[in-house]
Amino acid sequence: MHPALQGLLTIIIGVGGCVGYFYFANLLLDKVLFKPEGPNAGRNINRANMIRPWLFLLPAIIALGLYLAYPVVATLRLSFLERLPGNEFGFVGFENYSKMFGEPKFIEAMKNNVLWLVIVPAAATGFGLLAAQLTDRLSWGNIAKSIVFMPMAISFVGAAVIFKLVYEARPEDVAQIGILNHLYLVFGGAEPQQWLQIPFWNNLFLMVVLIWIQTGFAMVILSAALRGIPEETVEAAIIDGANPFQIFFKIKIPQIMSTIVVVWTTITIATLKVFDIVFAMTNGQWETQVLANYMYDKLFRANDWGMGSAAAMIIMLMVTPILVWNVYNARKEMR
Amino acid sequence: MDAIAGRKPIVVWALNISVVLLVLLWLFPTLGLFVSSFRTGDQITASGWWSSLFAAEQTLQIRADDPDDNRVDLGNGRYMVEGNIFGDQDFGGEMKAWSTSSRRLGENAPGDTFDLGDGETFTLNADGSYVWEGDDDQISGRAQRVFIDAVTPPDFTLENYNFVLFDENNSEGMAKAFFNTLTVVIPATIIPILIAAFAAYALAWMDFPGRAILIAVVVGLLVVPLQLALIPLLSLHNAIGIGKGYLGVWLAHTGFGLPLAIYLLRNYMVGLPRDIIENAKVDGATDFQIFTKIILPLSFPALASFAIFQFLWTWNDLLVALVFLIDASGQTTVMTKQIVELLGTRGGDWEILATSAFVSIAVPLAVFFAMQKYLVRGLLAGSVK
Repeated sequence: MHPALQGLLTIIIGVGGCVGYFYFANLLLDKVLFKPEGPNAGRNINRANMIRPWLFLLPAIIALGLYLAYPVVATLRLSFLERLPGNEFGFVGFENYSKMFGEPKFIEAMKNNVLWLVIVPAAATGFGLLAAQLTDRLSWGNIAKSIVFMPMAISFVGAAVIFKLVYEARPEDVAQIGILNHLYLVFGGAEPQQWLQIPFWNNLFLMVVLIWIQTGFAMVILSAALRGIPEETVEAAIIDGANPFQIFFKIKIPQIMSTIVVVWTTITIATLKVFDIVFAMTNGQWETQVLANYMYDKLFRANDWGMGSAAAMIIMLMVTPILVWNVYNARKEMR
Repeated sequence: MDAIAGRKPIVVWALNISVVLLVLLWLFPTLGLFVSSFRTGDQITASGWWSSLFAAEQTLQIRADDPDDNRVDLGNGRYMVEGNIFGDQDFGGEMKAWSTSSRRLGENAPGDTFDLGDGETFTLNADGSYVWEGDDDQISGRAQRVFIDAVTPPDFTLENYNFVLFDENNSEGMAKAFFNTLTVVIPATIIPILIAAFAAYALAWMDFPGRAILIAVVVGLLVVPLQLALIPLLSLHNAIGIGKGYLGVWLAHTGFGLPLAIYLLRNYMVGLPRDIIENAKVDGATDFQIFTKIILPLSFPALASFAIFQFLWTWNDLLVALVFLIDASGQTTVMTKQIVELLGTRGGDWEILATSAFVSIAVPLAVFFAMQKYLVRGLLAGSVK
């Protein structure tokens, strides 16, 4: 069957199935199981209302359980196993982990990931805050914001191509087509550089791509937060003779601190999972490996499910503090 | 605030200039790719894309026609080659000066006759026609090089798009990948919305034991890295016979998109006015009716913003497609995968790379600019309260 036709059919079956499920399950509940009539009408209505929420939730619970909750447990289990010939698994305890920690490539990935986690959220939030503040009272601020926000719509792979062109290096005697090398030579650089092949610094050049993408996100949210600051606080500060920098750092920042934290953690999570950029631009060569790409290497190139799962668990472990903190905050808000 | 503080013009200027710089910095990388996709491969390697936007003063290096094939015997041991230095192509630019050696660039004006020594002469006119004259020895072997200082106007072509999208002989074309991506994206966007909307309504407006815990679970699942799901789910898909294919990738995207969908929609639905819902209940509407007739229409902005998120995310996704969709046959490749392949096989062919990448970027960009309002609203609902 042609995939487009299959897609159309899936939409119809999927959407129709969903609508049908909700509709007929309701019908079943109200008209067959617990009829709101007869001697037990009141009790039946109560019972139907007790069951209905679960009816509404069932597809979501199944999908969430199967596609997100179950994999966490299954991956944890796989990380303690090794694959034996003939689709058998043997328990190896922490051997996958200890083997992994002995691998230089893994240590490199860990170091780089920490570097990413320190630099990208800080830079993206910082630039976002700067952009939000600068465009705040500008007549053409919305256009400027749109443009800074635009990379949000661009795929990591597309961004990788975009920045490969920026970093492109040509031999010294011909025209440079990468703007970075062009500028480098204009400002007195000796010879064109292969930016993505200089260990350590190439990590920064990869991070630039993610910062470029995430700054717009930070800007949009922080800009809304800045707008939400009560005017009176700023006016009072002006009357007391505060200069613009004092207003920004001592009046505005403290008031939007909670939003800054949210932005920071959201970008942190995106950074932890970064895969496409490294996969497409260097594939972990020249000491640019990161955890997600290392994991992909182990799972699908080396076919080592044990170590791949162990690497995935490390990512999960790094996300866990944010997860707990988010849940804690959500519960606090609900009370 | 402005009225109280007043603003010095110099501050306003500094502000405007710094925002212009910021915007340019953010725009330049994309612009480079965009401009490059309209240039031929030769143009891209000859000069940076930024110089193509303006009429450029360039030094072209061209050889005259091969003397052994084209020379005309003038008698007395004299030979001549006559022709146009630009060949059959129409030269759109303007010739400023020329010379026959890279050490004397721009020495001769158009129309000059230059003496190369020992009776060898070269005449070049502004329209590119030339006469090269000399003896048997001089007018043979390698053709004379000419260095032309010319101003060429910007020159762009749609040929790359034609090649990447419509050329049937191009096995690395994007047309099929484009349709494959579309096939992945549409069901993967629609199905989770429907499932999530019902769940979000239950979590927002129905009272039942365990509701708070379920909400907390959804918030927790929001950040679970999908990397964990790859192997267990692929094994599961293989075990139940789905294997690698569209069905698998639709299910996976549905599962991975659900937490955000439920979270966004619930946050929005909770904010709907309580009166409307209670009035409807008093009038005898069932939950199902309230949901379909009141909540769904009112929640349109939230539905739209999640739809955009999910669309962008599935369109731009590489990892999920790599794991759940693309098999060894390569028939189901998506655009992101195709571009990564091109990066490997045609790393230097920027005209192909830039065009392919832009084909994949264009649709999300269009959606982005058309629906930006909803995107921003969704972001704000998800993060700030």
